[in-house]
Amino acid sequence: MSGEAVAFYLLALLAAGSALGCVFARHIVRMALCLLGALGAVALLYFLMAANFLGVVQLIVYAGGTLVVIVFGVMLTSRTAGVQLRPKLIEAIGGAIVCLGLLAGLVTILVRTAWPAAKASPQAYDVAQLGNELLSTYLVPFELVSVLLLAVMIGAAYLAQPEGDGKAIRDKR
Amino acid sequence: MNTFTTEDALRSRWSPDAKPRAVRWLAGLGVIAAVLTVVLWFLASRLTGVGYVVGIIATVATLLGAVTFLGAAAVIQFSTLVGRLLFRLAFLIFLGGIGATIVIAWIPALLWPQKPLVVRDVLAVIGAVGFVSIFASFAIWWERKVAGRIQSRLGPMRVGGWHGWAQSMADGLKLFQKEDLMPGGGDVSLFRMAAYVAFVPALGLFIALPFSVAWVGRDLDVGLIFIVAMFGLGVIGVLLGGWASNNKWSMYGAMREACQVISYEIPLGFSLLVPIMIAGTLRLTTIGELQSGGFWTWLAFRNPCTLIAAITFLIATLASCKRAPFDLPEAESELVAGYMTEYSGFRWALFMFAEYAEMFAAGALAAILFFGAWHSPLPASWGAAWASGPLWQRALHGVVFSGPLWLIFKGIFFVYVQIWLRWTLPRIRLDQVMHACVQYMLPVTMVALLAQTFWELLVRDGSTLAFVANVLCTAVGVVAFIGIIRFVVYGLRHRRQLVGTLAIEHLPGS
Repeated sequence: MSGEAVAFYLLALLAAGSALGCVFARHIVRMALCLLGALGAVALLYFLMAANFLGVVQLIVYAGGTLVVIVFGVMLTSRTAGVQLRPKLIEAIGGAIVCLGLLAGLVTILVRTAWPAAKASPQAYDVAQLGNELLSTYLVPFELVSVLLLAVMIGAAYLAQPEGDGKAIRDKR
Repeated sequence: MNTFTTEDALRSRWSPDAKPRAVRWLAGLGVIAAVLTVVLWFLASRLTGVGYVVGIIATVATLLGAVTFLGAAAVIQFSTLVGRLLFRLAFLIFLGGIGATIVIAWIPALLWPQKPLVVRDVLAVIGAVGFVSIFASFAIWWERKVAGRIQSRLGPMRVGGWHGWAQSMADGLKLFQKEDLMPGGGDVSLFRMAAYVAFVPALGLFIALPFSVAWVGRDLDVGLIFIVAMFGLGVIGVLLGGWASNNKWSMYGAMREACQVISYEIPLGFSLLVPIMIAGTLRLTTIGELQSGGFWTWLAFRNPCTLIAAITFLIATLASCKRAPFDLPEAESELVAGYMTEYSGFRWALFMFAEYAEMFAAGALAAILFFGAWHSPLPASWGAAWASGPLWQRALHGVVFSGPLWLIFKGIFFVYVQIWLRWTLPRIRLDQVMHACVQYMLPVTMVALLAQTFWELLVRDGSTLAFVANVLCTAVGVVAFIGIIRFVVYGLRHRRQLVGTLAIEHLPGS
């Protein structure tokens, strides 16, 4: 077994283990830590496949940005003692059904796809190349995503407004 | 003067009968290990093949054990003598340690062509750990000295003799021995893990941070965002530590940290985009090599937009390293120690190490992006002949023109600026921090970014406008540097005076 294979299995184990921990943990902050482990392991898998840009974006957006916001939100909303999350039986059964369906679908795809033989060494994608592609070939999806983000931002600003039109707050000031 | 001696340190540790017993046990174990070594050596010389290898390894292991036990026994038996000798030689040992670290850190550069990637990475990580620990202990001592001078005190003076240089090492020894306290009612496993979650990203920075073109752990094509990502990850450790402490102060500190770092990441990113736009790459070595033609080609002095971006970058890194005036997360006068309140001993040291490592990385990043990276103010082309000459010429080239020493020097300079600001400026309130970010930093950096875009489009490289802008910005930089030097000289000349008298008699406007 080559060094890369060993690294892959270790990281895959870490990712899967953290994902399981995230599901089975009772403390919401521990879940966040497990999520960090899973996201970080996936980022390291990207690095292993020489997709440096993807790995770094995974770290900066999910691990560094989204996760911090989640933890921050949890801390603001839950009391310090921590909320114990115990799913009801019906929820567990529903979740299990959905997960099994997803698993069946993924396994089917994995088995049915004819995987091309891997090249000797994966082509490292240059960031400049990636940027050029995004702004030429894939311009329309790129712009659509930016419109979506704008909509999300406006929605967030709307939701963050106090009840009514916020006039009461403004008057108070 | 009253000096703290080895006798003082050891007096209370050993009860009268504990010491001879420990010596007897250690010496006995050492003799047993020595006898075992001889026996194993005898056996190993009889064997062949794998048995021989195993025998040799076992022999070496027992030999090491024997030396360790006997050495420990000797140290305890003659503790005062050894202690006195160590104190005599301590400064030499300290210098030797720094030298060894530098050598270890520089070995990867020699191994580059051979590409044993695993070996290279292991060496890079060892070099990073060594550099971070030495730098952190140096910077903590230095910060205390600077703080003392600014507050008209002397700072640490006792440990080690000359200006208390060994204070950090003594503190380190103390911290290792301290009890690892766990907060009651806190989440203990998270509390334990948080220190590492904060420390590892601060160390990970150094994998992609180039000290020179050749002296870099991994020369990533996304090196810059990698470092920014690592800065962002450090927050999680602080957040978890604050939450797991089950303490209101820790919690407030963690909240403030998250708030502040997330907000200041935006102006930080915008000011980073300006040099990226000029260089057209995220590879830090390429950005550094752009600035090899003397101090007037440094990116900060290229045009007004880059000068503004350099200043906003320095301010934003102050916030992301939680240094004053943005040190709200640990605000010692209101929150005890913020997120670190419940930490003690080794884990507390990890948080401190992470902070100082991040400070150095922020300073080094500012140097790489805006202030000529690893180049001296002289144009590198003047020393081109030396760069490929015999060894002594290459060494001289590294000192005079460009080399890792220059980057370390610049990084330390920016750390000094951070220390200096911390002990001069008052802490601002959290709402003022946010206000400053959203109302001032963000618009300023956005305007700088937009202006730089138009500058790239409209102003050609050799044109008169570009030249005039370059000269003006360089002049601003030179004047600022001369100003700093003047202050330093002034301070040196009046170093024996108290601040109060100094302010009354000498400062302008008195």
